[in-house]
Amino acid sequence: MNWTVIAENLPLYAEGAKLTLFLAFASLAISFMLAVPLAFLRNSRVTAVRYTVLFYTLVFRGTPLLVQLFLVYFGLAQFELIRTSILWPWLSSPMVCVLLTFVLNTTAYTTEIFAGGLRHIPVGEIEAARAYGMSRRTQALRILIPAMLTRSLPLYGNEMIMMLHATSLASTVTLLETTGVARMITLTDYIQFEPYVTAAAIYLALTFVLVSGFQVVQRRWAGYLENRIG
Amino acid sequence: MTGMVGAFTATILAAGWTTLLLAVASLVVATVLGMAAAFAKLSGNRLLRSAASLYTFVVRGIPDLVVMLLIYYSLPALLNQWIDAMGIDARIEFPPIVAGIATLGLIFGAYMTETFKTALQNIPRGQIEAAIAYGLTRRRMFACIILPQLVRLALPGFTNNWLVLAKATALVSLIGLQDVMFRAKGAAEATGMPFTFYLVAAGFYLLVTILSLLLLGLAARRFEIGLRELAP
Repeated sequence: MNWTVIAENLPLYAEGAKLTLFLAFASLAISFMLAVPLAFLRNSRVTAVRYTVLFYTLVFRGTPLLVQLFLVYFGLAQFELIRTSILWPWLSSPMVCVLLTFVLNTTAYTTEIFAGGLRHIPVGEIEAARAYGMSRRTQALRILIPAMLTRSLPLYGNEMIMMLHATSLASTVTLLETTGVARMITLTDYIQFEPYVTAAAIYLALTFVLVSGFQVVQRRWAGYLENRIG
Repeated sequence: MTGMVGAFTATILAAGWTTLLLAVASLVVATVLGMAAAFAKLSGNRLLRSAASLYTFVVRGIPDLVVMLLIYYSLPALLNQWIDAMGIDARIEFPPIVAGIATLGLIFGAYMTETFKTALQNIPRGQIEAAIAYGLTRRRMFACIILPQLVRLALPGFTNNWLVLAKATALVSLIGLQDVMFRAKGAAEATGMPFTFYLVAAGFYLLVTILSLLLLGLAARRFEIGLRELAP
């Protein structure tokens, strides 16, 4: 066993874990902002709008994240127009490509989760809001969005963990997050066992913290839903 | 130009069989593992219960890619160290397809465990008690009472797991299995048209997803026939 190599490289792992968390939470934060309005559009009364959003979520949920990432990172270079545009310095950077792909992907899942939450709000709550004479804006802000989010919490928690784990794919396009660091150490020190076990332990710890934190959040904000069942 | 694109597209799609073989074999492993672990989680034996809980907790806490790298690189490295220590002159190496099936089977076994456990818990307790009262053997109780309802109750979760699994097979291209994704990468590098060929791969996975949704939707309706007759 060769754990001294791991001990020497712990600062690298710390950097990697930091990048893992940054990628996960940056993607989740941006996609949250996009998914809330998209969830309303997904339930729009206008058929064309509803189906456009459905098409987007179907395509991004129906294809592997790895394919999407390669399409963006390697694929965009195929087009002369993109390579000569002013956006190219950004679009050729792995960091931007990874964030762009992750946001597009997790927004598709989050939109469906929130849209499902929106559909399951009891009609009575919406009727009551109308009866109180709330404007559509007030209805959305005070009634629909909070109810939608609390109802979506368990599934959204899963999506957060999925996203945390999905960040490991960033290592395939040269980013040195946790998995990338492990891969680099296997190549520089010719050991195959310890680096990946360490990476796995880091993910396990991060997942555990996230799940525990989420249970607290759920009890605080969605606790009222549980009482009603019991 | 179009001839070349057509030829490469054909080789990519021909690898669809490899992808489907990997996916279906992994699904079988995952279903068996999931069923065993679900019964273990609900059993009276504390040791079995904690073993199953540890399995699902660990596997679901690690990214698919890392589990695959652990099985493909770390496990043989560990075994080879032991073999060296015992003074035997041999080396263990897994073919990518075996590592792929083991990885995906192990991961989705953990997800199947939760699906099957919830389904088993949702079978009314009275039915099991009635089966025991009728003196059914354990085997007949499983085949005639539990299994038919388990299929219906677990089908939505099962469908979901299958959809995620089918897409997760793309990861195995990273350890060198010649699946759709691997061939797409080859075509992209050979022609300098990465967008075109990754799009072909994306189209393949999307087709698998849509066909699975349609077929398993039909299956769900088939298994709900008895239920809908009871509804007013």
